Amino acid sequence: MARTFHIGGVRLKDCKLSAHSAMERVELPMRVVLPLGQHIGAPARPVVAAGDRVVRGQCVAEAASVVSASLHSPISGIVRSIGLVRNARGFDVEAIEIEATESDHRIDIESMSKPLVAVRDKGNVSADEILACVREAGIVGLGGATFPTAVKLNVPPGKNIDTLVINAAECEPYLTCDHALMLSDPAGIIIGAELVMKALGVSNAVIGVEDNKPDAIESLRSHVAPGSGIVIVPLKEKYPQGGEKQLIFAMTRREVPSGGLPADVGVVVVNVATARAVCMAVVYGEPLIERVVTVTGPRLPRPANYLVPIGYPVDELISKSGGDDVPVGKIVLGGPMMGAAVENTEVPVEKGSSGILLLPPDMSHRAQPEPCILCARCVSVCPMGLEPYLISTLSRLGRVGEAVDAGVADCIECGSCSYICPSSRPILDFIRYGKMSSRRVRKSK
Amino acid sequence: MDRMLVISGSPHIHAPFSARGAMWRVIFALLPALGCALYYFGIGAAIVSVTAMVGCVAVEYLIARFMMGRKSATFSVSALLTGLLLALNLPSNIPVWIVLIGCVVAIGIGKMAFGGLGCNIFNPALVGRVFLLLSFPQQMTSWPLPEVNRMAYLDASTGATVLSELKTGVISPSGVDLVDEAIGLTGGSMGEVGALALIIGVLYLMVSRVITWHIPVAVVGAVALMTVVAGGNVGVELMGGGLLLGAFFMATDYVTSPMTPRGMLVYGAMIGVITMVIRHYGAYPEGVSFAILVMNGVTPLLNKWFRPRRFGERRVAHVR
Repeated sequence: MARTFHIGGVRLKDCKLSAHSAMERVELPMRVVLPLGQHIGAPARPVVAAGDRVVRGQCVAEAASVVSASLHSPISGIVRSIGLVRNARGFDVEAIEIEATESDHRIDIESMSKPLVAVRDKGNVSADEILACVREAGIVGLGGATFPTAVKLNVPPGKNIDTLVINAAECEPYLTCDHALMLSDPAGIIIGAELVMKALGVSNAVIGVEDNKPDAIESLRSHVAPGSGIVIVPLKEKYPQGGEKQLIFAMTRREVPSGGLPADVGVVVVNVATARAVCMAVVYGEPLIERVVTVTGPRLPRPANYLVPIGYPVDELISKSGGDDVPVGKIVLGGPMMGAAVENTEVPVEKGSSGILLLPPDMSHRAQPEPCILCARCVSVCPMGLEPYLISTLSRLGRVGEAVDAGVADCIECGSCSYICPSSRPILDFIRYGKMSSRRVRKSK
Repeated sequence: MDRMLVISGSPHIHAPFSARGAMWRVIFALLPALGCALYYFGIGAAIVSVTAMVGCVAVEYLIARFMMGRKSATFSVSALLTGLLLALNLPSNIPVWIVLIGCVVAIGIGKMAFGGLGCNIFNPALVGRVFLLLSFPQQMTSWPLPEVNRMAYLDASTGATVLSELKTGVISPSGVDLVDEAIGLTGGSMGEVGALALIIGVLYLMVSRVITWHIPVAVVGAVALMTVVAGGNVGVELMGGGLLLGAFFMATDYVTSPMTPRGMLVYGAMIGVITMVIRHYGAYPEGVSFAILVMNGVTPLLNKWFRPRRFGERRVAHVR
């Protein structure tokens, strides 16, 4: 029987509209915009200036502190400017703009049409070499969290890691970017997993895939060499299976303690696309300059998975899938459960952009909230075993201390409570507010 | 591209299940029982149930509109359900004015006085019923005989219920025809007769996931277990009186029942225990209503005691 986590969870209609469209590489753009803060931590520090000439894969901004990640240009061209651009949520952020000339463009296309050449022997690299490669390549968690991978793999002393968990659950409805990657480059994923195992010094890795993707499970299994220590584990479809703590439990039966990290139970979790990026960086010397993005939506003519250079315009991707011709009420970057609704789509694809979801106007508005009838559904679905109705009310009333006692800090913001609430109450909104207030209270102490 | 986009926090999708929908399903699940009542008690059942439902909806509307000053007071499914449940807890020959008093108490005191939907501590329909039982004991305990009274209302010929006959020693448990109990050929409140109809209703509610199994099973289990231990007749205890109606449709009320499975099991089992104690040691032949109301009052405490197990809870060492 397929494994899963033990507390709460909801069964969602998976709506994987783009599951059967193979990954499609988009053309190289003539212009890219690279925001400096595409990851958790300090924004990268530019190492080029306006007017400089850069080539494809060249580092244009370096990690500015321990928790940060460097940034590379996906095209050859000239740095036009380093300045403020408006991001998807309407804030001004610093970004590097690079423009290609006709000749740069031709050279890039030519070099990309050649087969990839291995620059390192995957069996012959040391753990330190892998770590250095990952750091230089600017790899961050591609599942959406965008935590710098080099920091994650650099396990603090005193923590004994014995298992690598690779997150290929992809439990968000609509998203299929990981699925597409598992079908198109299973070998790269497995090599990446082996490299991460080596970097961590562990001999076990488990790759968890939800069982609504049997073809992906098959595709990965056929590339695992016996004796490699890598096991592909089918998971029963349930949201939020891809939540770090839920996934670790499903795969290892270990519970990360409240307030703790995966390392506390001897586990490091890496997203499947991140593992593949590690392979590209270490074996082929290619930094993180492209990723898979799902463009989808219930009324979209052509839902698809695109292999996109970082910095490629989001608008352009929406047009490719026919999104200009359909009525749209809401655009979500990420999945429908945890993604962010955005107001501006004249923005570049970033390292953490897993999907672009276009919702029609009739699916864009929330229902009018009704009184809570204490039906207990939020309690029964909460994957952290919390009482969302209670924490939400305490937070709304400003009773922060009681909200902390009720476990507000444990909330992973998966949205299951708001999703299930038959009275359409904004439960998670208030919990987020309570979380923010509790952090403020802690800081002021 | 220039569009007007909606911005809101995640999640951006919602389950296809609403509170109103749940209440309509409970009403739907009560239709077999209502059908039974109409079949056995005819015109009286129709008058009482229509009065109770219209009365409850009207009382809620009037209070919301004129006493609480809510401009958007609308038709309330929850009041309709309360009315139906109240009706099923009444004998079919009860005068209309008593039913209306029941509606005012159920909705006015049982629900709106606490702040309306979701804020009440006690099950409104039961508050109404118990108020009537204490205020009008005569009218509330003269039950019309089924089948023979289809065209009669206030002038219906009446008889006692199985449980009260057992209590007063008129009959012995072995003299009760369980088949009659199951299909409703015994005296009683409108919704007490017809165990089969109630079972069909509750199965529908469980299958359509409106309620979970915990409370009904705990109540029925506790009563059955106690009866077996005491050497009684399980069929009579379960199907006589309002136990099934209470266990399936009143104890499972979302607002007044506990939030966790463990809490629900304790709550249900205690309802069963208190019912049996009242039936066998109390002054009343029937005690389901009182048992549920008592446990409604304990529910906040149960919610405190039986919290869900938190993920990654750090187990606190007990220091003496």
